[in-house]
Amino acid sequence: MKPILEIQHITKKFRIGARQERYLSLRDKIYDTFKKKDKSSGIFTALNDVSFNVDAGESIGIIGRNGAGKSTLLKILSKITPPTTGKIIGRGRIASLLEVGTGFHPELTGRENIYMNGSILGMKKHEIDKHFDEIVDFSGVERFLDTPLKRYSSGMQLRLAFSVAAYLEPEILIIDEVLAVGDAEFQKKCLGKMDQVSKSGRTVLFVSHNLGAIQQLCSKSILLNKGTLLKSGKTSNIIDEYLNLSQKVTNRFNSYGNKDAEIVDFELYNHLGKESRDLFLGYPCALHLKIKFNTTISDVELGINIKDIYGDLVSHITSIDQNIVISGEKGDEADIEINLDSVNFTPGTYKMDLFLLKNEMLHANTDCLTFSVINSDKIKRPGGFPGHVKYFTDTRWKVKNPVRV
Amino acid sequence: MEYVIQSQNKFSLGLKELWSYRELFYFFTWRDVKVKYKQAALGILWAILQPLVMMITFTLIFSKALKVSSDGIPYPVFALSGLLIWNIFSNGLLNSANSMVTNSNVIKKIYFPRLIIPMSAVLTALVDFLFALIIFAAILIYYHQGFNIFKMFLYLPLGILITVITTFGLGTFLAALNVKYRDFQYIIPFLIQFLLFVNPVLYSTKVFTNHWINLIMKANPIASAIELFRSVFIGQPVDWNTILSGAGMALIILFAGIFTFRKTEAYFADLA
Repeated sequence: MKPILEIQHITKKFRIGARQERYLSLRDKIYDTFKKKDKSSGIFTALNDVSFNVDAGESIGIIGRNGAGKSTLLKILSKITPPTTGKIIGRGRIASLLEVGTGFHPELTGRENIYMNGSILGMKKHEIDKHFDEIVDFSGVERFLDTPLKRYSSGMQLRLAFSVAAYLEPEILIIDEVLAVGDAEFQKKCLGKMDQVSKSGRTVLFVSHNLGAIQQLCSKSILLNKGTLLKSGKTSNIIDEYLNLSQKVTNRFNSYGNKDAEIVDFELYNHLGKESRDLFLGYPCALHLKIKFNTTISDVELGINIKDIYGDLVSHITSIDQNIVISGEKGDEADIEINLDSVNFTPGTYKMDLFLLKNEMLHANTDCLTFSVINSDKIKRPGGFPGHVKYFTDTRWKVKNPVRV
Repeated sequence: MEYVIQSQNKFSLGLKELWSYRELFYFFTWRDVKVKYKQAALGILWAILQPLVMMITFTLIFSKALKVSSDGIPYPVFALSGLLIWNIFSNGLLNSANSMVTNSNVIKKIYFPRLIIPMSAVLTALVDFLFALIIFAAILIYYHQGFNIFKMFLYLPLGILITVITTFGLGTFLAALNVKYRDFQYIIPFLIQFLLFVNPVLYSTKVFTNHWINLIMKANPIASAIELFRSVFIGQPVDWNTILSGAGMALIILFAGIFTFRKTEAYFADLA
């Protein structure tokens, strides 16, 4: 059987530089005619000769950093923007979910928006009629069905939007970053629905920064880097490859305190010893910090808060627990390495606060480090953790099963 | 089903695809009508009040003060028949010219034939027209204005068709240009004001004696549509030469508009 999608040598170039403003005006056009060719405007290659095939029924994860060309690829696949060169041969109806809730209008009611959104996404009216009750049921907003959308909370809007999209019945479904938002319960529901979609024989192309979700849903993945296809193959191999790419994130300092001592640098390392903000469940990781002393000071406490995406504290680490003494003289720098044998947070996104204390706050960095925990082979259960579970408790078991002779 | 996605190299009007997405016309139009009147206390009544107020104003100025001829029918009937056709054109043009920009968030995320957007914007104006017909009927009764029922059901739809085709054409053309050059946002309201006085909305074409102006009026599809509509009441035979040249011009405008639109359509998502 022929592949359902053949992506052949796709290249997409954008013009950048002077023309990067959001739109042109006649004035610019006239001005440009009289001006010498602008040297600063250049061509940016968002995708460079990307080729791969997708077989029917496959779920493909598309992995890469911001700016790797993932979204551009999906936009080309969903016909929103044409490729500069190359072509794609498709053999099935494509529907894209580049962002849920497209076409939602705040003045329309929930019911009206379901029809509007559904038809923009390519559903026929009778298809929407058929699934209407299921959509409403899945979204859990039936009480507000005849309320204008502008009165909905953002969470409700999102749930409604995803529910409409979940009942699309294309042969190829393109999904970008839909799981980034919504509460945990609903994310779970979505993952379940998408799993069901891919199991029902439909082809799914999935882009997300949530490597855990990709791992759960996609057997195969491709890795994009700076517009080129680096590798394609089994998802776990691709994720390893992705984590091996050097990943320098600029540290964001959001700090206060009297700065008698301050944290000047910090970095997170994954189990491969690479700088990374993606950690594997059940595998070790390390946090490296550099502290600078602006006065001579002894017995400084280093505290770390780990919070989930809602800002709820899930763990607190302090140097006091370990009887660690941090002291220095004015102008000194201290390097600190904190090792964790096993990352036991459940897959998801977490944030860290770093504190230096000595009776009062010396230096506090809130939300300075965001990292994700990715599902790994240490977890055997299918379908992830239930509800709001934040911590994986590793246990050793002994079971004496009755022996029957 | 096999299809190819690549950079556009050969031109097509894409009518087949347009047909397969026909339900979207309905949904976009329905949404725009709904949203337009949702927060207004008088709601859809505005579609009736606007032309009525315009009619009264123009009657006071043109009929009472300036004594403009209205081809032997009461001036309010004369003005309103022109205004109804004119409103399809002016509102439709304004809606559709801005439609690609106002819907840019959808264009950037989902694919469907883009022509649906400016075309539905014109259809929205047509819905207003249908409601405004109610007030027109009331005016006809008030002035005891008789009309030929056969002509009414033949000429009026034909006039509407010519108007809608013209508006589609000019609207899609301006919509495409507006994505690229936002200057058109400022040009269009001005253009519409200008065109109101160029078209025989408030006066009769019979006031012109200049041969060239009459020639231009013959090629003007909106003038043809208005003439068709008015002939239902005026009782003079229609000059089919004028109507045919107007209709021909409407078709030329339509194809020119769609052509321009289709040529630039692929890059809307990059520009909008």
